[in-house]
Amino acid sequence: MKTPVFETVLAIASKDLRAELRSRELLSLMAIFALLSILVFSFALELDRLAREEAVSGVLWVTLIFASLLGLNRSLAQEYDQGNLDALLLAPVSRSAIFVGKFLGNALFTWLVGVLLLPLMTALYGMNLLDGRLILTALAGIFGLCAIGTLLATMTVQTRAREALLPIAMLPVALPFLLTAVRATTGILTGAAEWQVWFQLLLGIAVIYLVLCLLLYGYVVEE
Amino acid sequence: MTLATEFEARPMPRLLRILTILTVLGFAGTLVLGLVAAGTDIQQGAVQRLFYIHMPSFFGAFTAFGLTLLGGIMALAHKNEKWDKIALAGVEVGLAFALINLLTGSIWARPIWNTWWTWDPRLTSAAVMCLTYAAYLMLRAGIEDADRRRNFMSVYGIFAFVTVLITLFIIRIVPETIHPVIVGASPQNAQGSFEATSGVVMALVPSLLLWLTVMPITLMWHRYRLEERLESLNRVKLKALSD
Repeated sequence: MKTPVFETVLAIASKDLRAELRSRELLSLMAIFALLSILVFSFALELDRLAREEAVSGVLWVTLIFASLLGLNRSLAQEYDQGNLDALLLAPVSRSAIFVGKFLGNALFTWLVGVLLLPLMTALYGMNLLDGRLILTALAGIFGLCAIGTLLATMTVQTRAREALLPIAMLPVALPFLLTAVRATTGILTGAAEWQVWFQLLLGIAVIYLVLCLLLYGYVVEE
Repeated sequence: MTLATEFEARPMPRLLRILTILTVLGFAGTLVLGLVAAGTDIQQGAVQRLFYIHMPSFFGAFTAFGLTLLGGIMALAHKNEKWDKIALAGVEVGLAFALINLLTGSIWARPIWNTWWTWDPRLTSAAVMCLTYAAYLMLRAGIEDADRRRNFMSVYGIFAFVTVLITLFIIRIVPETIHPVIVGASPQNAQGSFEATSGVVMALVPSLLLWLTVMPITLMWHRYRLEERLESLNRVKLKALSD
């Protein structure tokens, strides 16, 4: 008999959370990377007031996407190297539940990085990023990024080049999220009404990708 | 059976032979139609003739990437190597077509838009589409196990097709593009549009049909046979080493 989907998902996600609470390896890595990234961007672009307004949403999303790449690589490499992925596949649970469990863990960590970034960028860049609509956009964007990211990271950890391949495989496929999220964020910051269109588009793409991931995950963990 | 006979090329099927001749003759014919028979555009001049390759090449890429999608779905459903080879052939042929599409567009844009490239929604999504399928080839090269490669690449091929659909429909979603639409109403901001007169249609339709159907299928079939030969070469190599 199969373990119910919901319990499996919860078990996997809470396992990731517990491991993270004890080691604090992943989150500290992602957080420090995110901090460095926004500092490097502010030096590289020498952001003055006007340039800042135009660049801030790009900086936010590029930082988030690279931070999520770091987290995804580590999270799936651990499962694979320590043999836990094989153990999960042997267990009487559905493959989609394994996917959702891993996905929730990864999304949670990236959301936490987002929670750190938004107030910090508000302070450093002198713009109010703590907007309810912007937080919603960040939630949806990270949701989509981590869905496709979890699927692709599961694939790339099983290849020869491993960590090096995930950015190459993920960035083009994740571009719909990056494009819509950046446009929605810019729209919110400049007070344009068109942010809603971009936000809806972002949600739509996220749902399509999530459904595809659920359907296809079984094939990328098949032995 | 000796090693040499095992590696001998299988004769080309008659249908492939016909398709190959049809592709060559058809391409020559559509070139004549586009370069000679069709009249010169009054506003844009001779550079407008690139359109007879520009748009058909995108639809050729669409067919090839569509067959990659189909190959991926079938390879997952039937666990069959043949479909995986079709998917690979689709990516390589489609990528070549998509690059022709970008290149001709860029050459046309230089005199008409006064720039080689602009970050227009449609141009951007077409470039992303090319990068996605280039990533397909890199990812594929990194996987050694054949079964795993078939599964992974089928999944990736399915996701990659999303970028094709986005390129096709982006002018409906983001109407601020400057890319003209020749068939149907052009977007408000479109620059460099021209009328689909009977001369344009006469040169376009045969070219479009050729690039949409015969050309990608013929090229993919050749690429498929090449992949089969590569595989048999590897088998022969292994055998020769083990003897």
